[in-house]
Formats: sequence, structure tokens, C-alpha cells
Amino acid sequence: MTEKAHTQEAEAPQFYLEEEHHPEGSTMLGFWLYLMSDCLIFAVLFATHGVLGRNYAAGPSPADLFDLPLVAINTAMLLFSSITYGFAMLQMERNAKMETLFWLGITGLFGLAFLGLELYEFYHLIHEGAGPGRSAFLSSFFTLVGTHGLHVTFGIIWLITLMVQVKIRGLIPENRRRLMCLSMFWHFLDVVWIGVFSFVYLMGVLG
Amino acid sequence: MFGNTTLTQFIFGRLTLESFPYHEPIVVVTFIAVALGGLALLALVTKYKLWGYLWNEWFTSVDHKKIGIMYIVLAIIMLLRGFADAIMMRLQQAIAFGGNEGYLNPHHYDQIFTAHGVIMIFFVAMPFVTGFMNYVVPLQIGARDVSFPFLNNFSFWMTTAGAIIIMISLFVGEFARTGWLAYPPLSGADYSPGVGVDYYIWGLQVAGVGTTLSGINLIATIVKMRAPGMTFMKMPIFTWTSLCTNILIVATFPILTATLALLSLDRYAGTNFFTNDLGGNPMMYVNLIWIWGHPEVYILILPAFGIFSEVVATFCGKRLFGYASMVYATCVIMILSYLVWLHHFFTMGSGASVNAFFGITTMIISIPTGAKMFNWLFTMYRGRIRYELPMYWTVGFMFTFVIGGMTGVLLAVPPADFVLHNSLFLIAHFHNVIIGGVLFGLMAGVVYWWPKAFGYKLDRFWGLCSFWFWQIGFFFAFMPLYVLGLMGVTRRVSQFEDPSLQIWFIIAAFGAGLIALGIASFIIQLVVSFLKRDQLRDLTGDPWNGRTLEWSTSSPPPEYNFAFTPVVHDHDSWYDMKNRGYERPLGGFKPIHMPKNTGTGVVLSALSIALAFALIWYIWWLAIVSFVAIVGVSIAHTFNYNRDFYIPAETVTATEDARSELLADRT
Amino acid sequence: MSNQIKFVGRLFVLPLLLALSGCNMVVMSPSGDIAMQQRDLIVVSTVLMLLIIVPVVCLTFFFAWRYRNSNANAKYDPEWHHSTGLEVVIWSAPLAIIIALGAITWISTHKLDPYRPLDRIDAERALPAETKPLVVEVVALDWKWLFFYPEYGIATVNEMAAPVDVPIQFKITASSVMNSFYVPALAGMIYAMPGMQTQLHAVINKEGDFEGLSANYSGDGFSHMRFRFHGLQQGGFDEWVARVKQNGTALNRDAYLKLEKPSIREPVRYFATVEDGLFNAILNMCVHPGQMCMSEMMHIDMMGGGGVESRENRQKLEYDNRHANEEAPAATHPATGNPPRSEEPAEGVDEGGSSMNGMNHDAHEGHALPEGSQGGPAPAQLNTNESTQP
Repeated sequence: MTEKAHTQEAEAPQFYLEEEHHPEGSTMLGFWLYLMSDCLIFAVLFATHGVLGRNYAAGPSPADLFDLPLVAINTAMLLFSSITYGFAMLQMERNAKMETLFWLGITGLFGLAFLGLELYEFYHLIHEGAGPGRSAFLSSFFTLVGTHGLHVTFGIIWLITLMVQVKIRGLIPENRRRLMCLSMFWHFLDVVWIGVFSFVYLMGVLG
Repeated sequence: MFGNTTLTQFIFGRLTLESFPYHEPIVVVTFIAVALGGLALLALVTKYKLWGYLWNEWFTSVDHKKIGIMYIVLAIIMLLRGFADAIMMRLQQAIAFGGNEGYLNPHHYDQIFTAHGVIMIFFVAMPFVTGFMNYVVPLQIGARDVSFPFLNNFSFWMTTAGAIIIMISLFVGEFARTGWLAYPPLSGADYSPGVGVDYYIWGLQVAGVGTTLSGINLIATIVKMRAPGMTFMKMPIFTWTSLCTNILIVATFPILTATLALLSLDRYAGTNFFTNDLGGNPMMYVNLIWIWGHPEVYILILPAFGIFSEVVATFCGKRLFGYASMVYATCVIMILSYLVWLHHFFTMGSGASVNAFFGITTMIISIPTGAKMFNWLFTMYRGRIRYELPMYWTVGFMFTFVIGGMTGVLLAVPPADFVLHNSLFLIAHFHNVIIGGVLFGLMAGVVYWWPKAFGYKLDRFWGLCSFWFWQIGFFFAFMPLYVLGLMGVTRRVSQFEDPSLQIWFIIAAFGAGLIALGIASFIIQLVVSFLKRDQLRDLTGDPWNGRTLEWSTSSPPPEYNFAFTPVVHDHDSWYDMKNRGYERPLGGFKPIHMPKNTGTGVVLSALSIALAFALIWYIWWLAIVSFVAIVGVSIAHTFNYNRDFYIPAETVTATEDARSELLADRT
Repeated sequence: MSNQIKFVGRLFVLPLLLALSGCNMVVMSPSGDIAMQQRDLIVVSTVLMLLIIVPVVCLTFFFAWRYRNSNANAKYDPEWHHSTGLEVVIWSAPLAIIIALGAITWISTHKLDPYRPLDRIDAERALPAETKPLVVEVVALDWKWLFFYPEYGIATVNEMAAPVDVPIQFKITASSVMNSFYVPALAGMIYAMPGMQTQLHAVINKEGDFEGLSANYSGDGFSHMRFRFHGLQQGGFDEWVARVKQNGTALNRDAYLKLEKPSIREPVRYFATVEDGLFNAILNMCVHPGQMCMSEMMHIDMMGGGGVESRENRQKLEYDNRHANEEAPAATHPATGNPPRSEEPAEGVDEGGSSMNGMNHDAHEGHALPEGSQGGPAPAQLNTNESTQP
């Protein structure tokens, strides 16, 4: 029997691996695909804003409503949070648990500041009678910005969860992978916000 | 008194006793039947002490094969519901002439055609297709499971949750009366104030989460988990079509999700996306929903094309003709399916150039589709065609589908569409391609892969009955609709005045009756085959002399699929292995790394149902509680790091030795 | 072999037979030039496609039979799977058909664009240069059709007429949800959408009584949202206009607002006079007093919006909820206990129309829309469908 197998092997190609097969990890690809699908949701919201963004329903327009300096500060908060997340990842590479946690914490605080300013802006707008039901423009504005804000909120909840997990288990491979995913998510939100800032705020007020 | 009302409203939202349609006899009878059937089923499960088995071996399973089977079971159950709707419509239209109002009032009838469309597309065709992709793809690419096994279980349960939400609408409240795509402003809060559209929205949203995640999962699986040697151009065609389908899923379902989210904001938050007033634009919804909706058609048909490709090659005993052009055709169809959405509403007045552009892109899709047809044809050429059941469905498909394809191209000519749009001609066309294409493909898939999944073939006699009833029934049911369409009869009408139409509707109803017999034969086929399973048993794991890797392992495959990962040299890899003296390995087994089962998917799905129900009925406290619970359970799940285990080498050896014995007994 | 020939023969004869037997297939034998050209297009496209469909179907059955397992005579070549020549043919044959069909599509889509004014009366007769089309303004209401004839100052419900061989220009809108205006014998359909105007140019070439309908599902009363389209000689058309003027009542904004409320199986109604600008007001969703018109809103938006201090504009622009404070609209959930529609008989039916209206089963005499604007119930349908009541 073994002899036969041997002679076969000499002629025939190999048809199976004798060792355990370890396919490449799919998590990064999978998460990247998820981000692309999320990106499409934003694409729909951007397109909607593109179509409805000038339907003020005889109501206020971006120039009447948006406070660009405030939005600029807000943008800065989110950009800073991306940078500090980068620092956290650098510390993770160095395997420095406490430093990683520190920079994650700072990232979270910037994120919260961003959310706080956004909520203040929303409150202010609604108070002025420019709520999401006022016009199609405001509907699409609140939905686009609000969806981004919801993403940031979930990002912060995720960030806190991960901080607890890193705290408990350290920078084990699973946690590193998760930190990588959150990193992609966080930078993705940053990119989306740059789109929001340019297309909704800047082009709304100036265009 | 006042305080009492508000308390009741707080607890139950807008759910009242009146919400239960106990005054509609049809619904009550259905409810009693479903309740009795359900109770009997529960009693049986309890009596035979199957709860533990079901929970441990199926509900919490992350095994792609079991999840695939559960998807298909869900699809078959929902097929019965969707078909019941179809029969009711056919009966109503066959009798509601002149003064006769039929037995369904518009309020009921409009729910039925909406439910029929939604259920057939989202909860029959989709889970059926996903089930096959889940079951077959990892086996075809020589993998042990999908990339994200837990996500797979979760996706299945979210799809099921969507189906359950839609089923609840039958007995609590009502379903949407808007047509299956719920165009606003009709589906807006002012013109559809009831719960129907909300059931529609949340049913689809919950199921959509599952579909999107399962799409991501399968793409990652196909890209990353292929056996060594399997380059993209050596993948089996079914895997190719699955890849394209899942790319389409990931690239379109988010659009559906976003669009329905905007509609729900209009309904819940008073925004003005799709309203007539305050700057809203209902036409945008129509565009967005079809940007999802047209690729959706290809999401369904591409895997069916894949199934036919596998079946034709296998039963002709011959390599698939034009493998490369088949792959390119699939990819071209995938890309073009994005550029045609507007042909669903030429009549909106977009202007001649826009209409002509979308009409011509639509026609261009027929070129790769035609090429595929020729490829199957020339696979048969110089073959040795064994007329097993899957081959019947395939030949039936080739004949039926070209007719549907032809009428489809006809509808793509905008001026012709102006007279055929929304008519029964259109209805006949898309049933022609969905039944003749998707459904025939799925039925071929069932009979083709059944022996792989269960270790015995399906009964031939009842299979033939099912095929002929379906095939003939299809022509009786839908050819009259082509004629009626040319008589200027439009869709979604529940009562007619012109008596000369009636004969055609009666013929169509007769056809629906034949299809009912086809479905019944299919069910009988499953039962008979189960009872005769010892006669129909296949021990080789390769009953059809197959060509792809799934036939190289046992039937049913062990939970690890392959004791050793196969190495691939050819796109008909199993055929190649058999030709070149492959010997099944008999020893040297190693422990196999596998994912652990988890109940989190079931829990999240149940909570999603609660959340959706709460949102539909404005039970805000329940909505908050269930939402917080969903977030909490998800977070808790991430704290579990202990997600996998090793099947010991002895277990693998024992399993493989048992199979060796069976194979030895056979010879 | 002879079997196959017979089969192919049958395949060609079958559609012919169908076409012949279907003398009531209105789409295949219409009475208007536009619909006629659309019919021709269907036939030409079908024939073009049959050029490839017929061989494919024949080959399918031939190969399926010839290469069956039991036929040991047929050649078996399990490795044959590629032929460049054949591949070229199977891609280029459909391509050739689609190029031809695509060219036809491009040309015909432009030629039969519903927005394009006609240039001929029928296949033989060109349109005289100075011919002015008959303008008909169409409003799809819940669930009936309202037609304005601005040149004659009249309006009708669920019945319209047009002189033969005179081009008609339809301007189409809707009051609440999307419908589709479709007279199969006349021309293809086009959507009717609230706040928007679509157009259709067509001509009727034969006298006759044709059916018109909504082809896009619009709710409970959709099945009965039908009207009669009369193709009349010029004299007959003038008589028809005179009859409308003689028997009709006045259609002012109040009357419209009552008419607009949801109702099913609305009888034919005639209006002898029409308030100025009513169609425009309907199109701009500002019939109700105090409403801001869409055109005005769009103008303000073009100028950069109404500013922060414009809260009162919102109320002036609300439209979809216009029935919210009245009886609930017909699309009511039965659980609310509200009857979907009033059960009262129709308030006014014009007797002139009843003789021509096949759907008018139970008309009684009276004036369309009584005076006085008390917030009475909607003009209810006849033949109230009891089964829709909870």
C-alpha cells in the first residue's frame, strides 16, 4: 500500500497538503469590505444632500445657519483625534500597554468634544426653528451629519470597550487586530468628515 | 380614565385589541392553522427531546453547511407563504369580474401582492441563494469553513428575524399596501399612516443587515480561503458567480438600507426626503431603490447561472465550454447591472437621451447573457447527457429563460416600454426570468447537491412530477399574462370590468394550480426520499461523477470538510484528481482547528425582533430596552476570547476510518 | 428532421395566430398614431430577436436529444471545451442584433419622446404647419381623473374627448401620489406626479370609445381609477364641449378641494366653468387658501432661501397632511375605527355623462357639488364596498 502510494507520488502531482493549511487572516479584508459598504451609505446620503441641498422650502439656507468657525474647531477635534489614534497605534507597535491606553483615552476625549460641539450645533439649529422637518435641505443635513455623529458615538463605545479589553488582557494578537480595525474605522470617519465639511459646510456657505 | 389610557398607550404604544384582524375570516383561519401546526411541531420536538439537539447542533452552529441548510429550510417555508399569496391573487383575479368583487377587498388584496413580492424576493429567493452559496462555496474551494463563522450564524438569524417580522404582520396589524418597493409618497406617513409600511421597513432592514454581512463574509472567504493552487481562473464557475453576487450584495444592499432609513425618517421623524411638500423629492426614492433593485435581480440570477454551469458540465460528462468567456460574461453582467436602473421607470419623463442610454445599456447585458447560453449549449454538444433530475431543470431553464430574456430586451426599448410598463406583460416577463431562471436553477441545485448534504439521492419519480408540473404550470400561468398585457391590462388591479379578459385569468389560475401541484410534488419528493433513503443511499460521496472539490469528500461531509486541505491543479479539480490517480489519504491525520458554536446570533436576532416590533408599534420603552440589550450583548460577546478548539487527531482518524470501511464495503 | 422543421414552423406561426385571434389586443391594434408606431416597434424588435432566439431554442432541443446518454452514435469528446472561432461567433451574433436594436432604440426613443410635439397625423399625413394642438391638462386625483380644457374653459371628471386627427398636448400632474396616465389605444403611458408636470403628445386617428386608466398603483381605489376616452369627429367634439358647458357646474377652488378628497368609482362630472389658474394652483400645490405655491417657494430658494425668520413659511408649504384634521384619508388602518371612506351617496352627478359612462351604475340627478362650503364628507363613491369597512 505504502509502496504504491510512493510510486504514485513520483508520477502524480500532489493532491493534498499533509500539513495543516493556514490561510491568510481575512479580518482586515472583511473589515475593509464593511467600511466600503458603510461608505456606500454615506454616498447615498451625500447624493441625497446633493439633490436636496438647495431645497430650503422658503426657509433658512446654509449661509443663514452655519457657524463656520465653530465647525472648523469641530473639524480640528476630529483631526486631532485621528492623530492621537495614530500615536496609540505607534505605542501598540512598541508593545507599550499603558501608553497605548493613554493615547486611546485622549482620542476618546477628542471624540467626545467633537460630539459635544455637534450636539450644541444641532440644539442651536433646532432652537432657531431650523430642525430636520423644516425643509428637505435641513432633513438631508441633519441626516448626513447625524449619521456621521452616530458612527463617532459607536466608535467611542467601541474604543472604551477595547480599552477595557486591553487593560484586562494586554496587547494580545486579538486585541491588536481589534485596535487595527477600530483604527481603520476611526480614520474612515475622519475622511468622511472632511467630505462633510467641504461639501456641506464650505460649499453650502460659500458656493 | 385619562391616566389609564396614557398608561396603556405607554405600555402598548399604538397596539390595541383592534390591531388583531380577528374580523377577517381568512386571516383567522390561517392563524388557527399556523398556530395548530406550530403547536404540533413544538409538541413533537418536545416529545422526542429534540430541543437540546436543535439548539446545540443547529441553532448555535457556526458550521457553514448547517447554516446553509437552515437558510434553505427558511426559504422553502417562506415559499409556501409567498405561494399562498400568489394563489389568492390568481383566484381573486379569476373571479372578480363585472359586478363581482371577488372575495378579497382592496385593503386585503393590496397587502397580498405587496407581501407576495417582498417575501418571494427577500425571504425565498435570497435565503435560497445564500443557502447554496454558504453550503457549496467553502466545499468547492477546499476550505473548512467561511472566513467569519460566527458572523455567518448571526447573518442567518438576522435574515430569519426579518422573515419573522414580516410573518407577524399577518396576525398583528397589517402589512404594507404599497407594492413591493413602497414608492413614496404613497408609502409616506400621510398616505400610509398604519403600521404596514413600518413592518415592511423594519423587516427588510433587519434582514438586510444579515444579507450584507453574509456578503462580506463570502467575499472574504472566496478571496482568502481558497485551497492552494486554486487561482481565480481555476475557481469553479459556481464560486465565480457567488463571488460576483456577493460583490453585488455588498455594493448594493447598503443603498437599500440607506434608502429605507430615509423613508423611515420621513415616517418617524417628520423629515422631508420623499414628501411632496417642503422640498422633498419622491423621484429620488425611485432612483435610489432601483439602484439597489436592479443589481438585486442579478444577485439572484448569477448563482443560478453558476448552478446550471456545474450541472451541465457534470451531466454532459464534459468540460464546460468556454470557461474563460463564462467568467468574463459573469463579470460584465455584474458591472453592467449597475448602469441600467433607470429602465424601471422610463415613463417618468427623463428625456429621450437618458432613456435611450439606459435602454441600450440594458440591451448590452443580453450579450454576455447570450454568450452564457451558447456556452451551455456547446457544453452539451459532443457530450453524453445523462438525464438525471438536475439536467431536466437545466434544459427547461434554457428553453424558458430565452423567452423571458427576449421579452426583457423588448421592455428595454423605451417607446415599447411606454405601452408595456406596469402591465401584466411586465409581470409575465419577470416571472418568466425569475421562475424560469432563478427558481429552476435553485431546484436543479436542490436535486444536484442533496446527496452531498444528506448522503442519499432524491426520488426520481416525484422529482419528474415536480419538474413537469412546474414547467407546464409556468406556461399556463404566465403566457396568458403576456396576452393580457398586450390587451392593456395593468398590474395590481383587484377588480375588472371587461368580461373578455376573464378567460385568460382563469387559464392563469389553472396554471397556478399546476404550480401548486409542482410544489406539492417537491415536498412529497423530500418525504418519499427520506423514507426510501436506504435504497437511495450514496456511499461514494460522488454520486454524479462530479467535477469539483465538494464531491471529493464524504456525503454528508464531516464537520471539518476535508481531513487534508486539497491542492488544486485544474478548474475541474476533482475530475482532474480522479483522472490522475488520486488516492484518498488513509493516515497521518492531524488535529483540526475549528470555531466553536455560539448562541449570540440567536439572542441578537430575538432582540432585533423585539426592537423592530417596538418601533413598529411605537412602544418606546421596549425599543430602548431592546436596543440597549443589543449593544450590551454585542459588547459582552467581544469579551469572549475562547472561540475555537481542536478536533483531536483521533477523532479525525476515527471519522476517516469509518468512511474507509464504508467505501470498502461497497466494492 | 421533419419534426424540427414543423416545430420551427409552429414557433413562427404561433405569435401570428395569437395576434390574429387577439382582435381585442389593444396594444397590438391601437387607434392612435403614436401607439401604432410603438406597436410597430414591438413587432420589429421581436422579429429581430427571434433571429437569434429561434436558432438557440432549436439547437437546445436538438443537442439535448442528439447527445443523450443512450445515443452511442453521437460523438463524445469530454475534453473539447474551447474553440476561438465559435467564441467569436457566440459573442458577435448577439452583439450584431443588439447593435441593430440599439440603433432602432436610439432613433425611436427620440422620435417617440412623449415631450416632442408631433410632426405627423399618421403614417400617410404630415401635420399642416400651422396646426395648433388641443391642450388637455390632466390631474390624477385619489382615485379619479380630472381633465381641464383650457381653450374651452371646461373641465371633466373621468371622461375626456378629443377630435380625431388633431394633435393633443397633455400636461399631466397629480394631487397626492404617483399615478400613470395611460390610454392604451392612444399612446404609451407617462407618470402623473404631484408638484410636477409631465407631458405627452399624441393623436387619435379613429372615432371610438376607448378606455383610459391609471397604470401605476396608487392605493385603495386604484382598480377603479378608469375613464373613457372618446375619439370624436370635429362636429361631435364640439357637441360634446357644448354638452359639458350646458350641463356642467362651476369648478372653483372650493369645489376642487372637495373633489380632491379620496373617493372610489367617482361618476363622470362636467364643469362648465373653471376658475382661472386652477390647474396651475394644483400643479403648484397651493389651491388651499393661504398656501404658498411651489413656484414661489422655488423662486425664494433660488434667491438664497427665506432666511432664519421664515418660520411661518413652513406652515404655508405643508401639503401632504392636508387631510389630517378632516376625516382620515382612505388609506386608514382599520384598527383606528375610522371608516376608510364616507358611505354617503355621491353628492352630485351629472346626468349628461351618465349615458356615456359605463362605470356609472347608480347615478342620481342633481348638481355637481352643491353650494355652500360646509366641511361635508368627501364625495363618496357609489357602490360602497362594504367589505372594506371594519
